[in-house]
Amino acid sequence: MSTVRLKKGFDIQLLGGIAGKDIALAGPPQTVAVVPDDFHGVIPRMEKKEGEHVNAGEPLYHDKNHEVIKVVAPVSGTVKEVRRGERRHIDAIVIAPDKQDDTVKLDLNRDAAEVLLESGLWVMLRQRPYDVVPAPDVRPRDIFVTAFDSAPLAPDLDVVLDDKRQYIGKGVEVLKRLTDGQVHIGVREGQTIDAPGAEVNTFVGPHPAGNAGVQVANTVPVNKGEVVWTLDIVTLARIGELFTTGQVSHDTVVAITGEMVQEPRYIRTIMGSDLETVLKNELTNVAHSRIISGNVLTGVKIEVTQWLRAPYRHITIIPENSAPDEFMGWASLNPKRFSIYRTFTTWLRGLKKPVSMDSRIKGGERAIVRTGEYDAMLPMDIYGEFLIKAIISWDIDKMEQLGIYEVAPEDFALAEFADTSKLELQRIVRDGLDRLRAEMS
Amino acid sequence: MNKIEPAFRPGGKLSKLESVYDGMETFLFTPNATSRSGAHIHDGNDLKRTMITVVVALIPALLFGMYNIGYQHYLAIGQPDAGWFTMWLFGLLAMLPVIVVSYAVGLGIEFISAQIHHKEIQEGFLVTGILIPLIVPINTPLWMTAVATAFAVIFAKEVFGGTGMNIFNVALITRAFLFFAYPSHMSGDAAFVKVDSALGMGGGNVVDTFTGATPLGQVATNVGDHLQMTDIMGQPISCMDAFIGLIPGSPGETSMIAILLGAALLLLTGIASWRIMCSVFVGGLGMAALVHALPSLTYPASMLDPWTQLCLGGFAFGAVFMATDPVTGARTNVGQYIYGLLIGIFAILIRVYNSGYPEGMMLAILLMNAFAPLIDHCVVSFNIKRRARRAATKE
Repeated sequence: MSTVRLKKGFDIQLLGGIAGKDIALAGPPQTVAVVPDDFHGVIPRMEKKEGEHVNAGEPLYHDKNHEVIKVVAPVSGTVKEVRRGERRHIDAIVIAPDKQDDTVKLDLNRDAAEVLLESGLWVMLRQRPYDVVPAPDVRPRDIFVTAFDSAPLAPDLDVVLDDKRQYIGKGVEVLKRLTDGQVHIGVREGQTIDAPGAEVNTFVGPHPAGNAGVQVANTVPVNKGEVVWTLDIVTLARIGELFTTGQVSHDTVVAITGEMVQEPRYIRTIMGSDLETVLKNELTNVAHSRIISGNVLTGVKIEVTQWLRAPYRHITIIPENSAPDEFMGWASLNPKRFSIYRTFTTWLRGLKKPVSMDSRIKGGERAIVRTGEYDAMLPMDIYGEFLIKAIISWDIDKMEQLGIYEVAPEDFALAEFADTSKLELQRIVRDGLDRLRAEMS
Repeated sequence: MNKIEPAFRPGGKLSKLESVYDGMETFLFTPNATSRSGAHIHDGNDLKRTMITVVVALIPALLFGMYNIGYQHYLAIGQPDAGWFTMWLFGLLAMLPVIVVSYAVGLGIEFISAQIHHKEIQEGFLVTGILIPLIVPINTPLWMTAVATAFAVIFAKEVFGGTGMNIFNVALITRAFLFFAYPSHMSGDAAFVKVDSALGMGGGNVVDTFTGATPLGQVATNVGDHLQMTDIMGQPISCMDAFIGLIPGSPGETSMIAILLGAALLLLTGIASWRIMCSVFVGGLGMAALVHALPSLTYPASMLDPWTQLCLGGFAFGAVFMATDPVTGARTNVGQYIYGLLIGIFAILIRVYNSGYPEGMMLAILLMNAFAPLIDHCVVSFNIKRRARRAATKE
């Protein structure tokens, strides 16, 4: 048990937070979908064809390189469509639920990894380096569980856990079988967690204190050649539940937040539910809204005709472009034009008051000019700007030396928000990690 | 704007001016682009705002510089009673052509370069364009300023890839080019005080006692163990005069007060690195104190007391507006301390021990511009070594 105090970072306060802790119940989904992009590093090979019937928990596809890695259906029903995009890339696998609750029951008297792989929970884990679904043949040095989310408007994971809290202890016990090292759990100040056998660390400070990468870097950092796994507390509880009941539950609690939401609140639904069911009556102005699965920094943009994405416990809806043709925005003295820098007047109003922010980039892409912007948003012992430059110039030695194995795109999300030069830092880091992974294998 | 847009897009009649159109449009209207990947919200700050804030910080020095040009002029022609507005207006008329030439030449090259590369126009020259008139002696012929600006923008900036990629501060390269190409116009009695008329205003016969040398110029040529700087009428001047700024010199550099106002804005908005700014002053003060402790007749500048050293010449202006240029300076926090300290030390070193260059700031900053990447490399390699050691102890 140790306490880590982080000074770097920033808490962006947005309008549209959730006031209470009540959980509403969403109606039964019309369609449910699995989006392969959510499981980065897994190349899908279909096991079910269009028109075939699946049970909840039955594999839809497996990984091309590791056949044991399965992605399963969250509900029982018929595979309605395998939606493909460019170059036959699978965009989504859509299931029409049959409303029967046929969930596959797994045999637990086996190796824990084998059960996890077959259950479909394996793909909810991430490994560092590369921020991908872990390879099944590598035993991690340690496993890191994040018990809170520090992102803007993020849900309280204690609420999301709800009645699954009881399975945390079992989850830790299972994870301990999968590593020779420790199971670390990162909690925020004042949060209590009952997890015997785990190493609980408290993190005090602004976002991104809740990021797995930040928690790893400030406890036992990843060195070249080492592998650690990261997951959040909700996945940990699911693992515990699987090893208690033999079944994976695919229901989930999702926070619906943001300025464009009628009434921000928690909703219980099924993973992969269609948004029309989940967001029924919640949207105030669809045409001018951007729906994000996840938080405003790292989430993915989705349309109202699409589905909840599996890795996120959160939907944020913000204005798409609230001020088209803003006249000379660079000269604005309006304190509501949000900037964390004192070049604008927001700081006079106070940076902690919730603000409205839309999706505009508010500037053109430029070379990196100002100094220290990335470092101030990255609480790790890493020179962010130099790492980004090493990735852009594809200098593998430098990337390794500067610590690329410790980072994930999400760790640069706040820096991307704050960047005066408006560079797409997360995309740069993602491309760098992917290319490096291809190079190393 | 939207109506005339098609003409500027590829295939349109005016497609050769696409970059200019984009430049104007983004100047007038905040870009409408919404984020496609990564973060969905972005901070309101962009490079335009950053650069404009620096320009605003330069305004006190600019306004005072204009006033001082007029003040020196009317003093030189024997009309010290002319009103402050007359003096300021004279300075405005004297500086306006220089500002126009600097922006026209620099922005013209930037526009052409942006169009050739089909890129957006970058904002870097907004600041450079106003810095140049502030550091070039007022009597420099306009064509020289134009040639020097063109040289600096093309060879110090565009060949390296434009704003953000240059190694040397562009405004200082302009000054250095003038200094080495036309040395006779850059120093001595005739450079810093405008005695002829400006766009038809002012002008007259110079009084007999006039001498236009800057205080530092006087110091460099001082003989004997008595050091007394004088203004252009031969009256003695003190450290306080230099602090207020009614002394001959380049337009922007004379008034410490105006420069400190700008510095306050830069530090408050966080645009300039306080690490660099403070350490330049600390380095300069330390070095000046050291040379003052070991005075020598061979090097008359060593007789100046440390505070006067900092108030004279371009030291303060360089420390606040030039050394803090983030593109050409050190980028790591630790590196910025080293970088700033060395600028301060070298500036005084050059001033005192090389009487050929009574003004050391320009050369000191350019020298450290060249070494900034090396300083950063050393700082970053400590981080690399720490990481390597961590990995090694694990095994």
